[in-house]
Amino acid sequence: MADLLISTLIQGLIYALISFGVYITYSILDFPDLGVDGTFPLGAAVTAILLTRGVNAWLTLPISLAAGALAGLFTGFIHVRLKIRNLLAGIITMTALFSINLYIANGSNLTVDRGTDTIFTAPSTMSLLGGLTLMERKLVVSLVLILVVKLMLDLYFNTKSGLLLRAVGDNADLVTTLAKDRGSVKMLGLVISNALVALAGCVVCHEQRSFSATMGTGQLVYGLAAVIIGISLMNFYTASPAARGLRHVKGLRVLGSPRGTTAVIVGSILYKLCIQLALSMGLPPNMMKLITAMLFLLVLVVSGRKGEEIIHA
Amino acid sequence: MLEMRDITKVYNPGTITEQRLFDHFSLKVEEGQFVAIVGSNGSGKTSLLNIICGSIPIEGGDVLVGGTSISKLKDYQRYATMGRVYQNPAAGTCPNLTMLENLSLADNKGKSFGLSRAINRRQVEQYREQLLSLGLGLEDKLDVKMGALSGGQRQAVSLLMATMIPLKFLILDEHTAALDPKTADTIMRLTDQVVREKKLTALMVTHNLRYAVEYGDRVLMMDRGHVVLDRAGEEKRNTSIDDILTRFNQISMECGN
Repeated sequence: MADLLISTLIQGLIYALISFGVYITYSILDFPDLGVDGTFPLGAAVTAILLTRGVNAWLTLPISLAAGALAGLFTGFIHVRLKIRNLLAGIITMTALFSINLYIANGSNLTVDRGTDTIFTAPSTMSLLGGLTLMERKLVVSLVLILVVKLMLDLYFNTKSGLLLRAVGDNADLVTTLAKDRGSVKMLGLVISNALVALAGCVVCHEQRSFSATMGTGQLVYGLAAVIIGISLMNFYTASPAARGLRHVKGLRVLGSPRGTTAVIVGSILYKLCIQLALSMGLPPNMMKLITAMLFLLVLVVSGRKGEEIIHA
Repeated sequence: MLEMRDITKVYNPGTITEQRLFDHFSLKVEEGQFVAIVGSNGSGKTSLLNIICGSIPIEGGDVLVGGTSISKLKDYQRYATMGRVYQNPAAGTCPNLTMLENLSLADNKGKSFGLSRAINRRQVEQYREQLLSLGLGLEDKLDVKMGALSGGQRQAVSLLMATMIPLKFLILDEHTAALDPKTADTIMRLTDQVVREKKLTALMVTHNLRYAVEYGDRVLMMDRGHVVLDRAGEEKRNTSIDDILTRFNQISMECGN
């Protein structure tokens, strides 16, 4: 039971990387990027092939980030420069990536054998965390990874570049009057978002030691659900009596603040817990995507309107 | 000097609803001039502003600044020397960012948006003073989300943001139209003040004939893509609301309104 909880927690933490990406595109840029369903397996494909070729485990992280960034740049380019609608731009990238992923991984499945070191078993990890079991190491490594990414995003959102990114989702015309090309700013957002999603694919590949061409299906829905649950709960919390002491805190808001990224992590873990709960209650694993979709629908209906209002206000 | 030379603007070209708004339209605005533009709906006032800012394409002609054509420049490139305040108070600011974040954005216009910190706390005192001079009680609301402020307050901040860094041109697109009369007066007074202080060349489209008469050095009346009244300097000072209204009624009657 405890093991199951810890493994769900690990899943929630790793998949929060997808939610960070979706948070940037959907919540901040107001861009539902379906490319996510292709970028996630892209990260896994790149990682699987590199690991089987004996590349250093930690090196797969920056390489996956770069691969995801390229995919985001492609979506951004066809949306911004070729003026394709945002949903279609994502679908084009997703479809194209399906073949690219097959090409990279030499097939629809690629397994990393037990003898190959992952970021959870690499010598550098063992020298620090050698005393822990594999499960504990996975928890510590993914927790540290998520916190580092969260911290970097929090810092980024408060830089000039980050502020401009938040501004373009909020009022793109204003960015134009600031003498900045709104299209380039959107592309930057898509690059960062897809880089993070590919990183999620990379870490998942390390965790489960495999790539499969279909592993991307439903990942955008997962990311959206986690973001909406997290942001809704955070908005609910900041408006509740429990947070009364916080009310006078300067600039109390969720989007683009550390509260936003915290909310996304919480949302991701909660969503994984819900899915795990449904599975433990006897639903067959083949039903997983159905559960993911239905839970998302439930989230939209229950908190959706509230969440939408706040996100798009 | 801002010059529009032989501008041709056709809406819906090649269709049954084709409408030729401007046909070899020309206009010169002297440096430092504050021009008020009036006219009925569809007379081409806002199109004129949009053409200057590059928000809509033109079929012919040229827009020149100081004798140099800016027609090839994209809209965002033109805004390097222009500020713009819109009719909708929500259009000039980011509703989900705080006022301080909004002001910081405007303050950084023309510089690079890199990885340095967005908020410069040393600037806060300066912002507070600027807000204090607006007299709207905004100086204590730096950390409030823009979306939580009233239309008048947002418009005052929009004006402040649009003119924060040194500019050549200020484009005012019916910027008092959505405000109550008292707030509109305040915004208009602030506008006049900033245009004078910063010696801006300003183009203001307005439906308020009193503003057009009281403020600015030149008044233009537009009708179906033509300037039908153009008074500047002494002649403008001797123009009364009644003069403008008489001419306005004439063109309205010609249109059958």
